[in-house]
Amino acid sequence: MKREGILKGRLWVLTENGKLFSDIDTDMIYHNAHLAVTDIDQMGQYAFGNLEGYKDFSVEARSGDLVLAGDNFGSGSSRQHAVDCFKALGVQAVIARSFGAIYKRNAINSGFPIIELPGLPDELFKQFDQAELNLEGGTLNVWDNRYQGNPMSAVARDIYLAGGLFQYAERM
Amino acid sequence: MGRTLIEKIMSSHGGKDCRPGDVVWIDIDNRTARDFAGASVVGNLEKYGGDSPIADKSKTFFTFDCNVPANTIPYANNQQRIRIFARKHDLKVYDVDAGIGSHVVIEEKFARPGTTTVGTDSHLNIMGSVGAFGQGMGDVDIAYAFKTGKVWFEVPESVRVTLEGLPADGTEAKDIALAMLRRFSSHELLGKSVEIYGPWVENASLEDCVTLSSLATEMGAIIALIPPNDNVLDFFGTTRNEAVYADSDAAYLEDYSLDIEGLKPLIAAPPSPTNVFPVSEKTDVKVDGVFIGSCTNGTYKDLKYAAELLKGRKVAPGVMLKVVPATRATWARLLEEGLLKDIFDAGGIVSNAGCGGCASGQIGMTGEGEVQISTSNRNFKGKQGKGNTYLAGIGTAAASAVLGRIASVHELKEVL
Repeated sequence: MKREGILKGRLWVLTENGKLFSDIDTDMIYHNAHLAVTDIDQMGQYAFGNLEGYKDFSVEARSGDLVLAGDNFGSGSSRQHAVDCFKALGVQAVIARSFGAIYKRNAINSGFPIIELPGLPDELFKQFDQAELNLEGGTLNVWDNRYQGNPMSAVARDIYLAGGLFQYAERM
Repeated sequence: MGRTLIEKIMSSHGGKDCRPGDVVWIDIDNRTARDFAGASVVGNLEKYGGDSPIADKSKTFFTFDCNVPANTIPYANNQQRIRIFARKHDLKVYDVDAGIGSHVVIEEKFARPGTTTVGTDSHLNIMGSVGAFGQGMGDVDIAYAFKTGKVWFEVPESVRVTLEGLPADGTEAKDIALAMLRRFSSHELLGKSVEIYGPWVENASLEDCVTLSSLATEMGAIIALIPPNDNVLDFFGTTRNEAVYADSDAAYLEDYSLDIEGLKPLIAAPPSPTNVFPVSEKTDVKVDGVFIGSCTNGTYKDLKYAAELLKGRKVAPGVMLKVVPATRATWARLLEEGLLKDIFDAGGIVSNAGCGGCASGQIGMTGEGEVQISTSNRNFKGKQGKGNTYLAGIGTAAASAVLGRIASVHELKEVL
């Protein structure tokens, strides 16, 4: 995987009743029926398989896409699958108002970028808007507008740049 | 400035004075993995672990609890892969007979007040019940902990919740947890370390502390820490001097007060644990099944209470009652004291120890349209099948099983 500070891609805007989809838990991202899968390449097909309105995500997603959601994305279980399924599909990053604590560190440890944009309004973006994400600065650019989120922490950035926790540790 | 409970535990295990926002590498006293994700931990260690993948075998072990004994071939394969790895590296496996890992770790007294435990279970923050740090993590983190004995952690902000007053008779720890979910939802405590105080927690049993702390995950909190009371200290055979408490001048981001005086039983309706109502508002809901167990409500005390309520009564016609003790030790005690017979005679099904339906492993799944009352901790859409799961305490679960509709323990005692 390339390690870049700027990610460009089309935006999957996840909504529920016209608002950014909040409290998407790990069973909606990657259902517990498929937990025995250990091969990351096999995980992509189950991404959002239990998320109302997005059950075809794994078929429709393209490599390079960015995912955008509301509050508390990835709450629930500790499953790494809920991060790895996106990596398997080539999704570049998840952007949300906030993340579940375990999800956040699972993403960081596997070198998968996530960006928090607290206070992001509900109706700013259209499905498949082209977006540009600056990981270092924590900014999201859509059309000519810039939205300021939380920059990656130093640890998160270093682990991301190394490609994951073990790769990072080798360089310590 | 003094330190909060989590800041003290992080400082003692991180080798420096830890404050909120600090990223620190902390020493982990207990490094665990389950049958779920354990095989991926093994895979990571085979790939990245080198010649010495285990830092300290005395602190490292596997706990099988998700799918026990395995009823799918992939789980059977994963469990066997773990066993082979464990034999090779001389690691203990609490195998398919042992029960829920987070409970085993407390039963074995590994997770003592002030210690640190990690594993591949999002409810490992249940260790907050004994004033210890616990955290569920993914397989990358846990493999790293197996290899090095450490994980990185960002010290969270702490908030203090004081539960004012005492609940009504027949109200349980689960109802108090639901009252917290009703008050805070899943956003207000997100990413926080929560310390819980007040007269109720000062006298709560270890089992009640476990129930309350187990819902921290659903509140979005990192952990719900309960300062060890005498019941907890007695269980570990320790004293206040050896346990860890917050400093009296510690700084909290927020200081909340929650009135639980006279609190009556609550129930969380689908689709989330924060969708909480008084049980009395849901008594017209017919019930197809009742599940009693899980890391939230599967202890000896919980199941003894269920057996007492069921003794001499019958589960309503057409209603399934599924009971899963948390651990083998719980099972043994219920067996020896004849309590399993009370559940059986009432019409209940008793399964072997483990997590129950939460990870699609054992009994507790629901079909489309099925209404299940569960003493577990999550009722998100599709989590336990396509049915509608309501979360409640033991009293509500047992009463609903007997009456065939959602009912409080008070109704059970009045009607039959």
